[in-house]
Amino acid sequence: MSAIAHDDHHDHGHHHKETFITKYIFSQDHKMISKQYLISGLFMGIIGIAMSLLFRLQLAWPEQSFGIFSSLLGKWAPDGVMDPNVYLALVTIHGTIMVFFVLTAGLSGTFSNLLIPLQIGARDMASGLLNMISFWLFFVSCVIMLASLFVEAGPAAAGWTIYPPLSALPQAQPGSGLGMTLWLVSMAIFIASSLLGSLNYIVTVINLRTKGMSMTRLPLTIWAFFVTAIIGVVSFPVLLSAALMLIMDRSFGTSFFLSDIFIQGEVLHYQGGSPVLFEHLFWFLGHPEVYIVLLPALGITSEVLATNARKPIFGYRAMVASILAIAFLSTIVWGHHMFISGMNPFLGSVFTFTTLLIAIPSAVKAFNYITTLWKGNLQFNPGMLFSIGLVSTFISGGLTGIILGDSTLDINVHDTYFVVAHFHLVMGISALYGLFAGVYHWFPKMFGRMMNKNLGYVHFWVTAVCAYGVFFPMHFVGMAGLPRRYYTNTAFPYFDDLANVNIVITIFALIAGAAQLVFLYNFIHSMFYGKKAEMNPWRSNTLEWTAPVEHFHGNWEGEIPHVHRWAYDYSKPGHDQDFVPQNVPLKKGEEELNH
Amino acid sequence: MTALLTITILVLIAIAIWQMTKIFQLTQVARENSQVATYKDNDLQGKLMYVFLIFIYLITIYSFWAWGDVLLPESASEHGVEYDRLMWISFALIFFVQTVTQALLHYFSYKYRGLEDTKALFYADNDRLEFIWTIIPVIVLAGLILYGLYTWTNIMNIEEDDDSLVVELYAQQFNWKARYAGQDNVLGDANVRFLQDYDGKNLVGIDSSDPNGQDDIVVQELHLPVGRQVIFKMRSQDVLHSAYMPHFRAQMNCVPGMITEFAFVPTKTTQEMRMFPEVAAKVQRINKIRHQNSQELIANGEEPLEAYQFDFLLLCNKICGASHYNMQMKIIVESEEDFNKWLAQQATFAEVIQ
Repeated sequence: MSAIAHDDHHDHGHHHKETFITKYIFSQDHKMISKQYLISGLFMGIIGIAMSLLFRLQLAWPEQSFGIFSSLLGKWAPDGVMDPNVYLALVTIHGTIMVFFVLTAGLSGTFSNLLIPLQIGARDMASGLLNMISFWLFFVSCVIMLASLFVEAGPAAAGWTIYPPLSALPQAQPGSGLGMTLWLVSMAIFIASSLLGSLNYIVTVINLRTKGMSMTRLPLTIWAFFVTAIIGVVSFPVLLSAALMLIMDRSFGTSFFLSDIFIQGEVLHYQGGSPVLFEHLFWFLGHPEVYIVLLPALGITSEVLATNARKPIFGYRAMVASILAIAFLSTIVWGHHMFISGMNPFLGSVFTFTTLLIAIPSAVKAFNYITTLWKGNLQFNPGMLFSIGLVSTFISGGLTGIILGDSTLDINVHDTYFVVAHFHLVMGISALYGLFAGVYHWFPKMFGRMMNKNLGYVHFWVTAVCAYGVFFPMHFVGMAGLPRRYYTNTAFPYFDDLANVNIVITIFALIAGAAQLVFLYNFIHSMFYGKKAEMNPWRSNTLEWTAPVEHFHGNWEGEIPHVHRWAYDYSKPGHDQDFVPQNVPLKKGEEELNH
Repeated sequence: MTALLTITILVLIAIAIWQMTKIFQLTQVARENSQVATYKDNDLQGKLMYVFLIFIYLITIYSFWAWGDVLLPESASEHGVEYDRLMWISFALIFFVQTVTQALLHYFSYKYRGLEDTKALFYADNDRLEFIWTIIPVIVLAGLILYGLYTWTNIMNIEEDDDSLVVELYAQQFNWKARYAGQDNVLGDANVRFLQDYDGKNLVGIDSSDPNGQDDIVVQELHLPVGRQVIFKMRSQDVLHSAYMPHFRAQMNCVPGMITEFAFVPTKTTQEMRMFPEVAAKVQRINKIRHQNSQELIANGEEPLEAYQFDFLLLCNKICGASHYNMQMKIIVESEEDFNKWLAQQATFAEVIQ
């Protein structure tokens, strides 16, 4: 034992000689890779959010001339009026960027990388090299996705779900030419990156836990990241296969998804394929993807909520069980996106059943969060505010899922703005709050400095009010029967009375967008000029706060701390302080909570 | 030039927010500098949580008050009544849970804000409590699932009888066509490969060698008789479309290469629907808005907008390309007599290709 510890010390304890390139660019240190993910994710996020503001302008003041359109979109906005094809392209790329590049890579990539080794007590990921390759593949896919914005005919515009034949036929819309090819290539690389990352997370959590860190003592963040990685490994390859088949249909004349098509005065040769097959393959990833986005955010919330409530997370076992139940169910509910796709109605019944089952573990999680707050001693750091905000939007958005998951009710709200409101609240805003909570909470760990709390408060309250201001009225637009992905609703006088709702939504969206500048300022400014952080500013129990503030490859000087208790001994009677870090041995006669 | 100006203004706004943020931050520095929440922060933020709860309730109430009347009017189909009932039951449930859980969440956040003398209770588990809030959703959802599945099966199990009217909805970028089966009530075979026959007069690709197709009638406006089951057979010639008829609570995707089905019984004629107070009020409201907009147009020397009157709509609800937003067809529900009279005036496929 001592020999191993000794070896450890020699292998990792010393500071590597690092050049600028190995330290900041081709780094294999999980902490640096995590920062790289965060900064790339935020950069993509700025673009994704800016796009949403552009098309919100068009929706509120349809077909009006905006200087900003002519300056940003150039020939795609003749005389400053947005072209319908560009509207669809913006909607498509906004969805793709936010779902995959910001909330999958930006959230999971950042915090899985930062926290898995630090919270389980490991020197680094199982394979630093794979980890580095994973980030750089992600970076390449970002570059390709952004490059597709500058293609002559415009980027992909078939919606983020890229259903063929629209996405398969360049004749069907300009965005289905080179733009779609680049989209597919970018996503294929993204999936490779995600798989390498996920495999690394799984192996690390299974093999590299420090002495005493049993699975039942893992912080819930790690449980969430671990299970998320498993879902990713199970479902992402299916999207890869769908993307490859679509590439074949587009470029090599196969007919996986196409049949009996007449377009632009010409009968195409495709015979015998089915677009419904693509929908199955897409949603086999697409639905688990929702949980790939959401579970890490919930994991972060569990940690931030317990730490700042100075109280153990309520029902640890139930929380782990719900994560596992959600993960399992998430792989057998994809058909609820396809109730009216023409698939057999009996299948619709099955998927309704499995889908509504997911409400049970989700409800358990929500109730457990609320009970964690009960009789707590709440410390309202900015991360805490965003965590509570997450629980709030998770409930508001999750509840409407009961309507959409019911095949009967889905008939009339399917693909309307009701859906847009639902998923933006439950996965978009919730996961973004999770990201913000994580950034505010672990900023001291990442950059060794504190973020300004008052700016954090302003950021949270403006965002929280605007998030409801945008998405609450949107339910009404959907229940009025307005389909999503409409360039404007002025083609139907029936929807004329929605004009003022649309203006209200857009104004809230613009304010929310501006509020994110406060965050950006706080982030960048604090990175360089923030107050220097202490080792454990939030008085937290988990292992990352036992590592020194200065980063070096290997995380701990000397031996890795051993773990003697679970992560949630907050305000435990019989201790002087209201927290007991995991590496503190049990006192004589102290009982460990067996959860 | 405008481009340059807008960019400049945007940059200036960004700089302004940046600078205001900076000033705001600088004023904070002097007082305290730990950046960890103090009791004072907890007190204020906890109270704000309470205010936020009120905000959530207010925005809910305001939305219903301001926009409650944009919602779809009462259903105009037989199964739609059942649909609406299930919808409102689900909504009542959702509102109840939303009101209670948001109250608990934000009230606890306020009540247990960390002040100078507060301590947290070490309370990690309660099996009984957890059992209760697992089992309650189970029971409630079991009820909803059973009710939902019962309704779903009723709607989706299409039983064709002699009295049903078979109509094909044919989708293409970016318009709809409808095909009636004619005297024999059987649609003739069709395929996109026949579209170019007869100099493009074969609008939906009917196989002219199939005798069932000779009496088929292809039209650009959908007429339906009231009180009779209509079985829709959907086709698409190019990309995915979705036939969405919100007033009938009906929707089904149109998939190239296959035929999808949906059926409903219209219960209100277009005329009856227009007389319906809810609809009449909506039309009046819309015309008021259109009148205001027309004033602006007239001032700019353009044509004013036409007055609107209610019609049932068929919309495309699956992204299908540039004019997706304008792919529509008028639906007219009328008495059996009027319907037959109208149908008799339309040319059959045999007449069209002569």
